Amino acid sequence: MARYGMAIDLRTCTGCTACVVSCKVENQVDGGLSRDRVTQRVTGRFPSLTLEIFSERCNQCADAPCVWNCPTGASHYNVGGIVMIDEAKCTGCKACIAACPYDARFINQRGYAEKCTFCLHRVKEGLEPACVATCPSLAMVFGDLEDPESDISRSLASRRHRALLPEAGTRPNHFYLE
Amino acid sequence: MPATEISSVAVNPGISPGLHIWGWEVAAYLFLGGLVAGLMVLSGVMHRRREPPPESFALWGPLLAPVLLGAGMFALFLDLEHKLHFWRFYASFQIASPMSWGSWILLLVFPASLLLAVVSLIECGGGAARQPESSWVAAPVSGAQRYLRERLDKEVADFLRAQRGHLALANIVLGVALGIYTGILLGALGARPLWNSPVLGPLFLLSGLSSAAALLALLEPSAEARHRLGSLDLRLIAGEAAALVLMLIGLASGGAAQRAAAHLFFGGAYTALFWIGIAFTGLLLPAVIEFLHRRGRAQATVYPAVLVLLGGFALRVIILFAGQASRWEYL
Repeated sequence: MARYGMAIDLRTCTGCTACVVSCKVENQVDGGLSRDRVTQRVTGRFPSLTLEIFSERCNQCADAPCVWNCPTGASHYNVGGIVMIDEAKCTGCKACIAACPYDARFINQRGYAEKCTFCLHRVKEGLEPACVATCPSLAMVFGDLEDPESDISRSLASRRHRALLPEAGTRPNHFYLE
Repeated sequence: MPATEISSVAVNPGISPGLHIWGWEVAAYLFLGGLVAGLMVLSGVMHRRREPPPESFALWGPLLAPVLLGAGMFALFLDLEHKLHFWRFYASFQIASPMSWGSWILLLVFPASLLLAVVSLIECGGGAARQPESSWVAAPVSGAQRYLRERLDKEVADFLRAQRGHLALANIVLGVALGIYTGILLGALGARPLWNSPVLGPLFLLSGLSSAAALLALLEPSAEARHRLGSLDLRLIAGEAAALVLMLIGLASGGAAQRAAAHLFFGGAYTALFWIGIAFTGLLLPAVIEFLHRRGRAQATVYPAVLVLLGGFALRVIILFAGQASRWEYL
């Protein structure tokens, strides 16, 4: 069984937001909304400051609170542990939005919950997610975490990395290479 | 010591309206649902007696429960972003989802409270003394009583009479479930640390019972029965205050996210609302007025009951909104 994951190299990501734009085009995301975003954090005390840039999206958690809080079964695990939303079952009750510590979900203009799908429709055809395929600085790695020979497994094995909010206990599959 | 100087976070409903979660609709439901839970438990306890209870509120509790629940569920319906799919709640049962449990509990609450209402109409309140003075509420109730007594099949009526005790028990059990599940629902949403307290369920149940006692006291014509409801409310207010203190202690002694959530009430954005709306208006003031009345230092007034109802609503609104403002900080 595959378990898909994503890693973003904090050293090479420039925060250009091409991932956000390509996702919006690929997935035809409604106006004013996006499935991913780029945030920045500056730490330290002037003049010794450190800037970190995070390309963020759904963490495709292995213990996803959006899935078990969904009252209708609309939020579910699909191929490779990717969390998907079955729109035919979604009532727009917003329990999943309230359950997500990453604020990865939103309500689209048709009234359904929406979020990153790791471009499952592309992955099924053997393609990379749109954001990964677009990234001009090649900072994004996507692949099967169960396969030790995959790019992402090699990256995670060779580089120091972290996930956001591991303390929230959702076992995220989305990492940052330091 | 490194400190975070700037963080740019595009993640709030002010910037991204798609992130808006729950507004007044859910607050209204939480209040009405809690009130209905309290009414079901109180009227269930009244109807566990062998003889039909003579108090007016033994009739008003079961009568109001399904009506207020209908209003609350309509508010929930308004909150759904894809309303045509509302029936999906009843096309599945998700054992891990408190919201799924809640929707099935709501489905059971309706027949239980409606049947107890019918029994109460048949059994209780023959005389005008058992109904509130205002005729615009008394008229439809006595109309419904006349209709049921004349038209309801005698065997059905006898069966319902015989089942009064069982119906009362069902109302107590379902009332407790209805009162507690909303607190568990919010508590299960791990991304909002303010709600992650096991005391939230009992707190909501106590608040619902307190609001129900207050509403019944407002509708009760007998001064003696009002006095008893007032005593009950005084105890429930004490219990509610204790639950609230436990919840705050739990948050303040928790991890960083929980402590940050508690700070919302201790210097943060919801400090004034919490202390004025919940602690003072909803708990302290009605308790003091009721206590002074008991000591003969104050007239019997409607103020304690009105304040308790306002406080019950304030509790749901403030917990709901402050909870959505609490989050895990990672930037």
